[in-house]
Amino acid sequence: MTGSQIFLESLLKEGVQHIFGFPGASILGIYDLLLDCPIKHILVRHEQGAIHAADGYARAIGKPGVCLVTSGPGATNIVTGLANAYMDSIPVVAFTGQVPTSMIGNDAFQEADIVGITRSITKYNYLVRDVKDLSRIIREAFHIASTGRPGPVLVDLPKDVLLDKCDLCFPEKVEIRGYKPTYKGHPRQVSAAAKLINEAKRPVVYAGGGVIISGASDELTNLVNKGHIPVTSTLMGLGGISSLNPYFLGMMGMHGTKYANLAITECDLLIAVGSRFDDRVTGRLDKFAPKATYIHIDIDPTAISKNIRVHVPIVGDAKDILASLVKEIEPVDRSQWLERIEGWKKESPLEYKFSRDVIKPQYVVEQIYEITKDRPTVIATEVGQHQMWVAHYYKFTIPRSLITSGGLGTMGFGFPAAIGAQVARPDALVIDVAGDGSFQMVSQELATAVQHNLPVKVIILNNQYLGMVRQWQDLFMKKRYSGTCMECAPDFVKLAEAYGAVGLRAERPEEVRGVIEEAISNNKPVLVDVRVAREENVLPMVPAGAGIEEMMLP
Amino acid sequence: MRHTITVLVENKFGVLARISSLFSARGFNIESLSVGETIDPTISRMTLVTSGDDQIIEQVIKQLRRLIDVIKVSDLSDMEYVEREMVLLKVSADSQNRAEILRICDIFRGKIIDVSPKTLTLEVTGVQDKISAMIGLLKPMGIIEIARTGKVAMSRAKK
Ligand SMILES: Cc1ncc(C[n+]2csc(CCOP(=O)(O)OP(=O)(O)O)c2C)c(N)n1
Ligand SMILES: [Mg+2]
Repeated sequence: MTGSQIFLESLLKEGVQHIFGFPGASILGIYDLLLDCPIKHILVRHEQGAIHAADGYARAIGKPGVCLVTSGPGATNIVTGLANAYMDSIPVVAFTGQVPTSMIGNDAFQEADIVGITRSITKYNYLVRDVKDLSRIIREAFHIASTGRPGPVLVDLPKDVLLDKCDLCFPEKVEIRGYKPTYKGHPRQVSAAAKLINEAKRPVVYAGGGVIISGASDELTNLVNKGHIPVTSTLMGLGGISSLNPYFLGMMGMHGTKYANLAITECDLLIAVGSRFDDRVTGRLDKFAPKATYIHIDIDPTAISKNIRVHVPIVGDAKDILASLVKEIEPVDRSQWLERIEGWKKESPLEYKFSRDVIKPQYVVEQIYEITKDRPTVIATEVGQHQMWVAHYYKFTIPRSLITSGGLGTMGFGFPAAIGAQVARPDALVIDVAGDGSFQMVSQELATAVQHNLPVKVIILNNQYLGMVRQWQDLFMKKRYSGTCMECAPDFVKLAEAYGAVGLRAERPEEVRGVIEEAISNNKPVLVDVRVAREENVLPMVPAGAGIEEMMLP
Repeated sequence: MRHTITVLVENKFGVLARISSLFSARGFNIESLSVGETIDPTISRMTLVTSGDDQIIEQVIKQLRRLIDVIKVSDLSDMEYVEREMVLLKVSADSQNRAEILRICDIFRGKIIDVSPKTLTLEVTGVQDKISAMIGLLKPMGIIEIARTGKVAMSRAKK
C-alpha cells in the first residue's frame, strides 16, 4: 500500500466518517483516493473553517474531529483553530501536507515548519519521516487527542511518505510509556473531600467544561441534589448541569450573575470540578472565594494549584470522582445558605429592559430559547456581546448543547463550528448566534453549508459594532469608539441569497418571533439579520482587575 | 531556591525543543541543562537546574510530566544526590604565571589537556562550587575561553 492508502485505511479503522478539508499539491494522492472512500469529505472555503468545523464536530458528539489541509499556507491557516481547540481541550486530529522529507528545511515551495509552529498549541504533534511509522502514528494521534485531558494533535505528512509503500500494520494497542493519564481519583482524597463537604455550611460547586468532556452531568446533578449544594458554572460548563435545576445559580465570572459571584465570595467551601480558575472567571485572585477552603477535581494535574492554592486536590476523571463523592456525602440541611442566595437573587436578578421600539438582543435570545426548547438543539456562538447574551438568556439543559470558544475567544469560530456540529448531528437543529463582526470573518462558509446541504441557521444580532470592544470603550475609554464601528457591512440577506442560502431580516420587536420560526421551519441554510439596539451593554460586568463581587449592574 | 531535576525522555528529535519551549512559554528559567543517552538507547537523560519558589517548581515538574515524551521526572533536591560538572578552560600562560596555573590545576585535581607557547588548557571536574572557586582563582591570569558541560547528577544509592 502507498502512504496515502495507509492513511485512509487507518482513519477507517479509527472509525472516522467525516473529514473537513481543503486540498493542495502535497496531498493530491489522498484526495484522489477520497473519491472512492466511504469517508465523507466536507470541502470548506478556508482552512480555518476546516479546523473549526472539526472542532465543532468534536464538541457536538465527543468524538475526535478530523481536518486535512495542504502544506505551507494550508497548514498555517489552521493555526488559530488548533490554539482554539487546545485552550478548550477539544479532541481534534489535524493532518497537514508537507514537502518531501529530502526538501524539509530548504525553504521549499509551500514549506512551513508547522510542527515547530504548533508545538505550544497542540497536545502533541508528529512529523512522519517513514511510511512504516504512519499507521502507528495515526493510532497514537487519535488516542492522545481523545484521552486524558483531550486536545488537538497534528500529524505532518511529507509528500514522499504518502507515495512510499509498505504493508499496513495498524497496531491494536497503543503503548506510550510517557503517557498514562490518571482516571481514578485517589480514595483518600475523595474521602477527605467528602468530609469537607459534609462539614461545610456554605458550599458552592464551580463547574467547568471538564464536566461536559467527562460526561459527568448526571453525577454532578446527583451531588448537588443530594447535598443541597448550590452550583454555578463557567461559560464552558453551561449545559453540564441543567439551567432549570433549582440549585443552579447561572454563570459566574466577569459576566456572571451577581448572586453566583456573591455565593462564591461568601462560600466556606469551593468545589471546583473540571475548571481551571481562568482569570475571566476569578477576577482578582485575592478576592476570589476569600473565605473558602478549596477542593479541586481535574484530570490535568497541571491545572491544580496553578493559579490558586488548593487544599484538597483530586486528580482524575470528574465522572468517576463525583460518583464516589455522591456515595460519601450526606444530605445536610443548607436551607439557611440557600435562602441567603435566594435573597441576593431577588435583589439583583439577571434582567434587561424590554423595548417595544427597538429589538433588544437579550429578547432575541429568549425567543430563540422559547422556540427551540422542546427539540434537540445545538447553539453555537461567535465571540462578543451576543455570546454573553446567549450564556445569560438561553437555558441550556443538556451537555454539548452549547458550542462556544471559551479559552481563546475566537471570533469566526461559531459558524464553521456549527457546520461541523450539523455534520455530526444531522438530527439536531443547529443555530449559530452570531455577531455581525464575527460573521464577516467566516461568511464564505455559507458556500460550504449550501454545497453540503447543511441546514445551519445563522442568527446575527446585528448591532453594526464590534460590540464587546465598543462596550469597553463606552465604559472605560470615555466612549471614544475607535475602530469598532462596522456600519459598512454587506446586506446580509442578499449575501445569503448570493450563496444560494435563504436570507431573512427582522427590524421590529414584533417581527422577531415570526422570523425565527420561519428560519427554523426552512430546511435550507438560513441567515437571519436581526437589527438590534446598537449600544446595549452586557451586564452584569466585573471590571478587569476587580474582585468578582464588585459588579456593574444594569 | 535552586533545584536539580532529572528527566528521562524519549530519545527522538524534537524532544529537546519541547522541553526548552515549555520553559520559555511558561516563563520558567533554566540555569543549566545537559543531555545524554542512557543504557537504553531509546531513552535520554536530562539534568536540569532551575530555580523558583515551591509553587513554581511544582508547576515545572507537573508540566514536564505532562509532556508525552517525558517518561520520568525526579527532583533530586528532595533526596541525597551526587553531582558533577566538567569545565574546559583555556588560560593565557606566560613564563611568569605558568607554574602558578599548574599549581592551581593540581590543587583542584585538574588535568592539562593542551599546551601552546602562550596558553594552557585545563580540564576540571567537580561540584559546581569547586569549579566556581577555581575559575575565580584563574580569572586574574586571563581566561581566554571557557566551556562548561552543565551539571549532571544522580541520587545516592540507599545504604
Ligand atoms: C479573532 C478575534 N479578533 C479580535 C477579537 C477581539 N474581540 C472580542 S469581541 C469583539 C467584537 C465582536 O463583534 P461582533 O462579532 O459584532 O459581536 P458583538 O460583540 O457585537 O455581539 C472583538 C473584536 C477576538 N475575540 N477574536
Ligand atoms: Mg456586533
